Amino acid sequence: MPYACIFVPDFPVEALLRAEPELRSQAVAVLEGKPPLQKVFAVNEKARRLGIDPGMTKIQVEPCTELVLRPRSPLQETAAHAALLDCAQSFSPRVEDTAPDTVLLDLSGLESLFGSLPEIARDIARRTSDLGLEANVATAFNPDTARFAARGFAGVTVVPEGKEAERLGNLPLEVLFTELISPNPTEEAVRLLETFDLWGVRNLRALCALPEIALSERLGQAGVRLQQFARGAISRTLVPVDPPLIFEEAMELDHPLVLLEPLAFLLAHMLDQVCARLAARALAAQELRLRLELDTGFHFVEDLPNATTHVRTGALGSLQRAESRGPGRAPVRQQNAADIALELTLMHSSKFIRTLQLPVPMLDPKVFLKLLQLDLKAHPPDAPILKVHLSAIPAQPRTIQGGLFLPPTPDPEKLELTLARIAGMVGEDKVGSLHLLDSHRPEAFRMQRFVPTEAEGQKEKPDDVSSAPVTALRMFRPPLRATVTLREGKPAHVVCSKRKEVQGEILWMAGPWRSSGDWWEQDGWARDEWDIAIQTPVVSRRSSVVSNALSLYRLVHDLLSGGWFVEGTYD
Amino acid sequence: MSSSLVRIEAKGRCFPFVAEPKSAALLKQLSRTPKLTGVTAASRLEIRPAPETASCGIAQVDALSGGLPRGCLTEVCGPESSGRTSLLLSALAVATRREEICTLIDASDAFHPHSAAAAGVNLERLLWIRCGVNSPSSLLAHKRRNTTSLEEWERRRREDPVEQALRAADLLLQSNGFGLVAIDLAGVPLKTARCIPLTTWFRFRRAVENTPTVLLVIGEQFCAQSCASLSLQLRDSVLSSRFSVLSEHPSSNGHDSCAEQRPSHTELLSGMEIQAEVLHSRTERKPAQSVSTAFQTKAAWAG
Repeated sequence: MPYACIFVPDFPVEALLRAEPELRSQAVAVLEGKPPLQKVFAVNEKARRLGIDPGMTKIQVEPCTELVLRPRSPLQETAAHAALLDCAQSFSPRVEDTAPDTVLLDLSGLESLFGSLPEIARDIARRTSDLGLEANVATAFNPDTARFAARGFAGVTVVPEGKEAERLGNLPLEVLFTELISPNPTEEAVRLLETFDLWGVRNLRALCALPEIALSERLGQAGVRLQQFARGAISRTLVPVDPPLIFEEAMELDHPLVLLEPLAFLLAHMLDQVCARLAARALAAQELRLRLELDTGFHFVEDLPNATTHVRTGALGSLQRAESRGPGRAPVRQQNAADIALELTLMHSSKFIRTLQLPVPMLDPKVFLKLLQLDLKAHPPDAPILKVHLSAIPAQPRTIQGGLFLPPTPDPEKLELTLARIAGMVGEDKVGSLHLLDSHRPEAFRMQRFVPTEAEGQKEKPDDVSSAPVTALRMFRPPLRATVTLREGKPAHVVCSKRKEVQGEILWMAGPWRSSGDWWEQDGWARDEWDIAIQTPVVSRRSSVVSNALSLYRLVHDLLSGGWFVEGTYD
Repeated sequence: MSSSLVRIEAKGRCFPFVAEPKSAALLKQLSRTPKLTGVTAASRLEIRPAPETASCGIAQVDALSGGLPRGCLTEVCGPESSGRTSLLLSALAVATRREEICTLIDASDAFHPHSAAAAGVNLERLLWIRCGVNSPSSLLAHKRRNTTSLEEWERRRREDPVEQALRAADLLLQSNGFGLVAIDLAGVPLKTARCIPLTTWFRFRRAVENTPTVLLVIGEQFCAQSCASLSLQLRDSVLSSRFSVLSEHPSSNGHDSCAEQRPSHTELLSGMEIQAEVLHSRTERKPAQSVSTAFQTKAAWAG
């Protein structure tokens, strides 16, 4: 059975370079430890050429001006490891998570899908590169041979079946001791390596040539096992893992970010990575979550006695109200009418979370970036940013079948951006579609997110114009307060101070139509409605001549407050 | 007589030209001139095909205007209670029944959802944009104390509902895919509506051109002028005539004696009789005289 191994050399450095690809052409060293006792943990090839080795102190390497020093980032290493697993999973469902920098995958049966073994290996290398990692890929007919070949040979390596010993012969003995890669090798490994060095055995070919019994007598089963590894004679079964579908990228910043523009650059790169990982798994994003860790000092929480939490967001932020909830409960989602449902949760005083719910699964980093930019512009964080976490909730990609005779619909990605831009202008709850509520209360409707539904083909004749159009009412929002003169209990004269044309004798009226409801609630309502006609001035089209015309209005008498209002006009 | 070439010198350049030309020979000669290559003579321009039209849901108006032209701007104007919104709702209802996605850009936030539902508008297919409310950016700007006059001017400009409506229309028309985009300027003050630059309407006309979108603008007065392919004027004929008589000959207390005899709750607003007039149509030849029609609306509760 063929296997492939993906190995990322200098993994801590590669994880950093994945987040900062502009450093790829420079010598980079990763430091670990608390200042001032920081030591070099890993270096890339260019730094190695400058004489920088792991274990050197920061003071020792600082004089090297060409060297870029970065602190070790466990967040980025975790993300890089997840990307490595995603890459492997995109080829085979049987993947072994061997080490943070090493992944083994079973290639049996994949030839018919992806071609020959060299082609598969090249494809794996290409996809790993797309995910921002430069890796060595090796294929062989047992897992450990593939692992040693990936560790020993740069680029793509294919080890033919039966020629393992010959192909691995030139590799140094160190490839067998994976523990030596770490800065703290085990004593046993060091002892064995020293023994082989004393015997003059420095590569795998020399190890294979040693007599097995003599080797067993001197080094025990450990020595025999190493020889079998070198010959490619040991085969084992993989321990497959099923990595959870978590697509998260994180970045820790050296200096706090204050402006949104530089944040956009970081987000663009992180979105590219998340989308590449989703694409590798043939998935799309249904929801994006941006979590910013902020510099404390600007952001605080007030606990009010009525168990309602107010989140004060500093000078730039707006006062937003979030429902109170107990510890450990899921965050309450604020339903908005806008296309993007937003959620503001304060899990800790220094965390700021924005959630973008997408109407359909999408996979376009440019659209995501623009949506995040618009959202952050409307709801900026109120303190400098220290860490950025970006995660995507995956979903199956949208599949649509266009119909020749169906009316065109807006492109969802384009529409989403457009609606986000419009929401930035007019407000999030002022854009969307309508949902009528089951109530007789005036203005009983709710704005909801606009998601265009797919056309299903016309079931009724669309241009049926046999019935007369309905007389429409145009609302005045808010209703215009009016002064009404009553004559025999009926409105006779109306004056509206806010709208000069709505005043005069009432020439015709119909009503009152009484309605009331919710009397058991605090916000009960009771009103009398009148339809009235009054004379209004009209400016002529071609000149400024003013003539009179009649207009129909809805006059409302609020029975609870006793006020009169002009609610709208029939048009 | 064979034509002979002469050379005309103008500003140091020579142009070959034909003396005593025949029209065909002249055109052939001109087409060889390097600068004129690719330029079609006006006499050979193709006639622009008539746009496809969509029903507005009112048979009389469809018969009068031929329907709402797609890829064009249609303007419907009239005073209050002239049936502009009824026509708009009717057009929205028909478009949503055709399963098209429609947008209503409401500059004065006057849309009444229950009227729309009664008119048969599929509200799931209608995107409603309510302008003239406080946007997040303006709220933020409000909180900043040290705003300069320029920033204040910019903030006020952004808060202007007409400005918001026009910007939203611009964005939506660029998005494509909508069956009907309606801009409701009916509640906007006349002075503000007249200040909309003509270039805005030209841009809208250009954006909607060659698309299946109907761009419908309703207002009190015509703003788009020559950019509109169809201009409809509406007025409520019956109510006006009936009440004008009343107002000219009022009773001593200003009320109709007959009406006084009836209690007001026995009266019912059953509908309006609307008169529509085509003032301008790019798709058809200009009528020799004003062409108008009438249709009746019914109240939602009139059955």
